[in-house]
Amino acid sequence: MVRFLLTRLLHGLAVVWVVITLTFVFMRLAPGGPFDRERRLPPEVLANIAAKYHLDEPWLRQYGRYLLGIARGDLGPSYKYVDRGVSDIVAETFPVSALLGVLALGFAVAFSFPLAISAAYYRNSWIDRSCLFLATLGISLPHFILGALLIWLFSLQLGWLQPGRWEDLTSTVLPTITLGAAPAAYLSYLLRSSLVESLEEDYVRTARAKGLREATVLFKHALNNSLIPTLTVLGPLSAALITGSFVVEYIFAIPGMGRFFITAVTDRDYPMIMGVTLVYTGLLVSANFFVDLLYSIVDPRIKSH
Amino acid sequence: MNAANNVWNGVRKEPTALWSLIFIMAVCLGGFLAPLLSPYGPGGLDEQRILQAPGSSHWMGTDALGRDLLTRVLYGARVSMTVGIGTALIALLIGTVYGLISGYAGGNLDHLLMRIVDVCYGLPDLLIFILLSLLFGRNIAGVLVALGLVTWVRFARITRGQVLQAKEFVYVEGARAIGASHARIILCHILPNILAPVLVTLTFSVPGAILAESTLSFIGLGINDPYSEWGTSWGTLAQDGWRAMRSYPHIILFPGLAIFLTILAFNFLGNGLRDILDPKNK
Repeated sequence: MVRFLLTRLLHGLAVVWVVITLTFVFMRLAPGGPFDRERRLPPEVLANIAAKYHLDEPWLRQYGRYLLGIARGDLGPSYKYVDRGVSDIVAETFPVSALLGVLALGFAVAFSFPLAISAAYYRNSWIDRSCLFLATLGISLPHFILGALLIWLFSLQLGWLQPGRWEDLTSTVLPTITLGAAPAAYLSYLLRSSLVESLEEDYVRTARAKGLREATVLFKHALNNSLIPTLTVLGPLSAALITGSFVVEYIFAIPGMGRFFITAVTDRDYPMIMGVTLVYTGLLVSANFFVDLLYSIVDPRIKSH
Repeated sequence: MNAANNVWNGVRKEPTALWSLIFIMAVCLGGFLAPLLSPYGPGGLDEQRILQAPGSSHWMGTDALGRDLLTRVLYGARVSMTVGIGTALIALLIGTVYGLISGYAGGNLDHLLMRIVDVCYGLPDLLIFILLSLLFGRNIAGVLVALGLVTWVRFARITRGQVLQAKEFVYVEGARAIGASHARIILCHILPNILAPVLVTLTFSVPGAILAESTLSFIGLGINDPYSEWGTSWGTLAQDGWRAMRSYPHIILFPGLAIFLTILAFNFLGNGLRDILDPKNK
């Protein structure tokens, strides 16, 4: 198992390195620069700026400098916010995005589990059909449309909740639902199919045959075994939460990392773009590693691989 | 053609899939025939008719510059459908060839190629898409290439898996025994086996691409040509409506509905195709 986890860890580090290198190359190749203005800056000023950010050095040197910086936890200076480094901005905005992500994940689990369990148990009933329908609906509804709909209904028409910002508990309700809807749909669909399969297994029939209560059969025997395949989606799910958070933070004016990323792209603030990409990739890689870890604990057969 | 007939017969028996297909055709046709269908031009400004509510002369109302919204939504279908279907086809081409080579070659090459796929699979795709579109430019071609490069991995995985299975079939072994060339084995004996899952993946890739494109256009990072005569992205239209939502909700309603219904139709069609093509799901 240790060997398996070590390979996965190395694999994760490889992904991170690839992303660092790719973003570095992309950002050097991309047309237009952060210091392109309407009015061209005098060459002396440009030379000074280039010297300050080491842009006059050869690429390889810059790349080495960037890697060393990352190793020390320094993501470099921001071109846009002169007084702050990328690491400072990330440290400031990351907790906001993380809270939003955790809330959305919690919402997704709380919504999907009861729905999927009852759908699988009463297979082909109206509740099963509405579960499948809701899942397709949830996957098809873009964040910005759902968000706009919720704001229009609950903020503008009913006036119950405020349409934006991130201040108190009530302001988190709409963004959480907006970000959590697609993962909820995804989870419902997956857990339902996995549970439907488990319920047809021999061990479920055995459990019933020996006279166990239906609740024990359902929750202990069937559900426990359905959780393993469902666990694997934690990786893609975190990816979905991350990409969704850009849009949700944009719509609801939440001061998180995603919103900074969007402005960084429009400003061509390259170190900021690279830094945020790196943090997101690190997050994804950790999520995938965490899944592998859980998997190898839950399912002993993995050890042999 | 037998396979195509089977699919068509299956779709005909599933009302949701059939209606989804009809809706998708209608959207394609609407985009294609937009200049004939609408009496207004896509950029036709009209100061007399600013921000009108839906009515008999403007079925979806007009926007802040007096442009007919239905016309803009019809023209927008061109962007969404081109991006959606184009991306899926690019991804199909790259991914299937990659997966075929990987699965058919096997051994160390397969191992290496699949490690690359694993790495690509672990990347946050919308982020990579944004970075790629910075590089390729924010126009339709750039978006197509960027999205295709993000989406191909799915096709590669599915194709490879299918090839690995098909390689073991007796008739493939037989073909090899009588000395058929690699090209013949791949084209005549393995490719027909992977068509069904690839078709399902293709159908599910289209809504993903439409979603990604309209989302990026909505947050202002999409196709950077909002006043194109050829068509404006539905995401950009929704962004226009978003700013005016408090007083004029109809401007975001119709582009939003167009995006949602199109994505929904593709997902329903994908579900239907999967049920038809995979007998296990019946």
